Amino acid sequence: MTLTAPPRTPPGVAPAPAPARRRRISTSGTASRTLISAVDLQRHRKLYFTVLGLTLLVFTLVFLFPLYWMVTGAVKSPAEFARSTPTFIPESWHPETYATAWTNMRIAKYFTNTVFYATGGWLISLLVDVGVAYALSKLKPIFGKVVLGLMLASLMLPAAALLVPAYKTVVDVPLFHVNLLNTPWALWLPAAANAFNVYVLKRFFDQIPDDLLDAASIDGAGKLRQLWSIILPLSRPVLGVTSIFIIVAMWKDFLWPLLVLQDPESQTLSVALARLSNTSQVPPTEFMAGLAIASLPMIVVFLIFQRSIIGGLSAGSMKG
Amino acid sequence: MAVLSAAKVRRKISDNLLAYAFMAAGLACFAFFSWYPLVKGVILSFQQDNFVVPPYWVGLDNYKALFDDPLFYTAWKNTLLFTGLALVFGFVLPFFIAVLLNEFRHFSGYFRVLVYLPVMLPPIVAVLLWKYFYDPGNGLFNTVLRGVGLPESQWTQSSGTAMISLVLVSTWANLGGATLMYLAALQGIPGELYEAAELDGASIWQRLRHVTLPQMRFIMLVLLLLQIIATMQVFIEPYALTGTSNPDTITVMVLVYRYAFTVNNDFGLAAAMSVLLFVVLGAFSALYLRLTRSGD
Repeated sequence: MTLTAPPRTPPGVAPAPAPARRRRISTSGTASRTLISAVDLQRHRKLYFTVLGLTLLVFTLVFLFPLYWMVTGAVKSPAEFARSTPTFIPESWHPETYATAWTNMRIAKYFTNTVFYATGGWLISLLVDVGVAYALSKLKPIFGKVVLGLMLASLMLPAAALLVPAYKTVVDVPLFHVNLLNTPWALWLPAAANAFNVYVLKRFFDQIPDDLLDAASIDGAGKLRQLWSIILPLSRPVLGVTSIFIIVAMWKDFLWPLLVLQDPESQTLSVALARLSNTSQVPPTEFMAGLAIASLPMIVVFLIFQRSIIGGLSAGSMKG
Repeated sequence: MAVLSAAKVRRKISDNLLAYAFMAAGLACFAFFSWYPLVKGVILSFQQDNFVVPPYWVGLDNYKALFDDPLFYTAWKNTLLFTGLALVFGFVLPFFIAVLLNEFRHFSGYFRVLVYLPVMLPPIVAVLLWKYFYDPGNGLFNTVLRGVGLPESQWTQSSGTAMISLVLVSTWANLGGATLMYLAALQGIPGELYEAAELDGASIWQRLRHVTLPQMRFIMLVLLLLQIIATMQVFIEPYALTGTSNPDTITVMVLVYRYAFTVNNDFGLAAAMSVLLFVVLGAFSALYLRLTRSGD
């Protein structure tokens, strides 16, 4: 946006400046008109840049500085970390703390566990939810509406309300009488029962014209083939966004894994960090390294897919 | 029905069987981990179940025991306090942040990434990191307070400030989501409305009050409900910062956890508490779903 002084428009002469203003906004190439007009912003550009600068400073301090503190805290020596007047730029430099944490705190083990749970949970959720969404959207079986209604009703259940009975179910699955505690299935199967994913996928499949499927059917493609060769390739955007949200949710989950993964060998990074924070065996610098390692994958995912994540969030906020 | 030939009926049956084959895994997951636990939870709340003896029916004893437990009232009081304080910060703040960011013509991508960054952290990481900041000795917050000559605080370790400390970290970690949703909604407001209001001589404040606010009413209501539902289930913050036995911060979910998994091993009691929470939150959830799905 250019910062040349705007053409002064005499107040009170409404019809004349209107086209000029409209032209200015369209040529400036920025987003549409907001609370404060482009003209006003330019007239008070000193104030605008002061507020912008202050906001930049405060927001960077509030939202980024804690992460900076975490990452640099890990490379300080334990003595420097414990000092009563903290150093903002580390004086001692021990990047090997990350390696120590990786082996000593057995972060490697918990990291691998978490990656395994997230990947498996992603595959299983997608497989299960795509199957349901495809059947409900394109095969339209009898009682399909009832099934969808029952699934959506589960969205009304706060996760917390199901905690105790779901735990009991995992300990002794009805009919099968198996105990899923400390196994990946305790995370994967409940995660697959996600009505929100089913709903989002079904809404997308609904928009794919049936004619495409009919044409394929005439060419001899079965239902599975139609799903694999027509629906799924066309649904790449929604599959991508759903995948990101499943993986992020699995990585961030805490309370449920805390309950069903009590054996330290099977724990996720989040649960293990919470457990280790209650023991005094871990030096704080190593613990900082552990926190940073646990955050890194999510931050990388966010920076790569920020468009999809922010877009999905905005879309999700609108009328469903 | 009589017009349908036998072949057509057979066709219909096989189509339906195929459709249900596609849904079989999903139906099983929902049945075992969503629908069954709901019923099981209600049944459990009327039973005595502690893993030692097989569960047996005790009628309303669990609910009576709840109402006799002083912690029950403490937990509800704390939960309502947390939800209330979280609304003051977490509901009002993102709105004003979004309005502010929406006016900036520079760095808009950077601001968006910035406010959402803490939301991407695993919640336990955010909370454990802030535990170091809250340290009454050499924690960052007290160091800064000392530096500018303000009185230090005991943060999570004093009953006066414990709850507000939990709310602060929770707000930091979560406000990005609401902010981005507000930003998206702000961008949907037609510019002509502001244009017209300005021509009528409305000041910035009046435009905010009479144009922005009415246009945002729907999304604000949705986020209000979502936030109430989320914050009433608060668990990680008290669990990791103040522990499960601190009466200053014990919340409904912490009490459920205590009943079932730490102190009592009493699943019936925990289930009864969950049922009460469900009844309270169910009303908010139903309203939320009605609002967001009224289109179809």
